[in-house]
Amino acid sequence: MAAREQVKRLGLVLAILIGVIVLVRFVVIPRAYFSTRHHQASTVKREVAKPVHFAGMAACRECHSDEYETKSAGYHKGLACETCHGPSTGHAEDPMSVKPYAPRDRTFCPVCHAYDRSRPTGFPQINPAVHNEGLACIACHNPHDPVPPEVPQECSACHAQIARTKAVSRHASLACTTCHEASEQHKVSPRAALPSKPQTREFCGQCHAGGAAGSSVPQVDLATHGSHYLCWQCHYPHLPEGNP
Amino acid sequence: MNKRQFMKGMIVFIAAGPDFATLARAAYAKADSAKAGGSGDPADMGLGDYDPSEHWYGMGIEVDKCIGCNRCVVACKAENGVPDEPYYFRTWIERYSVLANGETEVECISVDPGKQQREPPAENRDVVRSFFVPKLCNHCAHPPCVQVCPVGATFATQDGVVIVDQERCLGCRYCIQACPYGARFLNPNTHTADKCTFCYHRVVKGLMPACVEVCPTGARVFGDLRSRASRLVRMQRMSKISVLKPDLNTEPKVYYSQLDGEVR
Repeated sequence: MAAREQVKRLGLVLAILIGVIVLVRFVVIPRAYFSTRHHQASTVKREVAKPVHFAGMAACRECHSDEYETKSAGYHKGLACETCHGPSTGHAEDPMSVKPYAPRDRTFCPVCHAYDRSRPTGFPQINPAVHNEGLACIACHNPHDPVPPEVPQECSACHAQIARTKAVSRHASLACTTCHEASEQHKVSPRAALPSKPQTREFCGQCHAGGAAGSSVPQVDLATHGSHYLCWQCHYPHLPEGNP
Repeated sequence: MNKRQFMKGMIVFIAAGPDFATLARAAYAKADSAKAGGSGDPADMGLGDYDPSEHWYGMGIEVDKCIGCNRCVVACKAENGVPDEPYYFRTWIERYSVLANGETEVECISVDPGKQQREPPAENRDVVRSFFVPKLCNHCAHPPCVQVCPVGATFATQDGVVIVDQERCLGCRYCIQACPYGARFLNPNTHTADKCTFCYHRVVKGLMPACVEVCPTGARVFGDLRSRASRLVRMQRMSKISVLKPDLNTEPKVYYSQLDGEVR
């Protein structure tokens, strides 16, 4: 019987202890004590107070509106000033004594414009090792309005790989303009004015279908030769089959 | 103390409990009102007129525009004081090369931003296609890093930016392990977890994050998902969008367009 009495007392003490803990945790201590609001607010406060190093293009524009207008009309219109000139809040606050970085040598522009196979097709790229070696980029190109110093005359200036391929092919004697019509505008804004491409089987047929027998130009009958396909699905026009 | 004394003290304490509670509540209420209307108030956080409850931020990445120039990485380090040594990044760029044998090679090209120019990549490899993928903290709507933090040092702000309390963080690295995107690192100077904040100090002032500001091709788009006029929402309307590791249900807020299936 004595043991049962002990268990009773122990149980009572335990029950009181648990009751007290519950009371303290849920009633005595206010909920705000467990709230994360306070330390989160102070974190946000610290974060917001951090210094700004890049002033933003709007700040540059206030004084350098000429450069901004020039840039906005050219190929670099999407670039912020600080993309090339570096973080310039110091300069914006104290224009006289703090001068921003101005890249003038050959090492900076290739950061974006050196050839790299992973870069998107059509992005202007050069090989720094052979492109006017030794000259500063800004000797020929104005970085605020970058265009080639001379409008390229030959297609091969930009389409060198195709030109090299065609030069060793059976089509070497054909000019690019035999198959493609390129407007003058294509030389200035290559992607705004795209050259034409042949669209039909009949276009290739002009030379390759039903011509004089015995000609050195290969002849096919368009009605029977791969009639469900376009010619360039099987033949690469810049390097047609067979060596010259 | 004998048993009788203990029981007496207990009874007195229980009776006095509610009084303590009232006193404590009054003290907290006082502290709150002293801080101009409680800590939920933007003015209290140094935000001025900016109201975080009106915004919900995300970033868009147009993969086919990235030229891998690393300007974003350099700008991020300058803006946020990220250590210059390689492998400390809040944002970085990966080069994906899909080879003819079906394998995919991934290389972080931000380790040495100058390296690219010095050593053009070998062209003799049998590469089917190759492209750059910028990466950063995805500011997940359900962030695993926040879940695992044992001291509640990392949390998402009302406008959806996951940040770290540098004073509360223990540097236990649990969040670094938990992040499925590898977006966190241990800052060697503060010995606390460090990560992208979407340049929160710039965003609340109406500026773009540093990486977005300097991106020359517009591959990075920053915006407010609550505003239909934001560039990001327009990009979401115009493009096919995917996120990284959608199967983890972290609901990332960095949206990729033209993302290749090989990207992990």
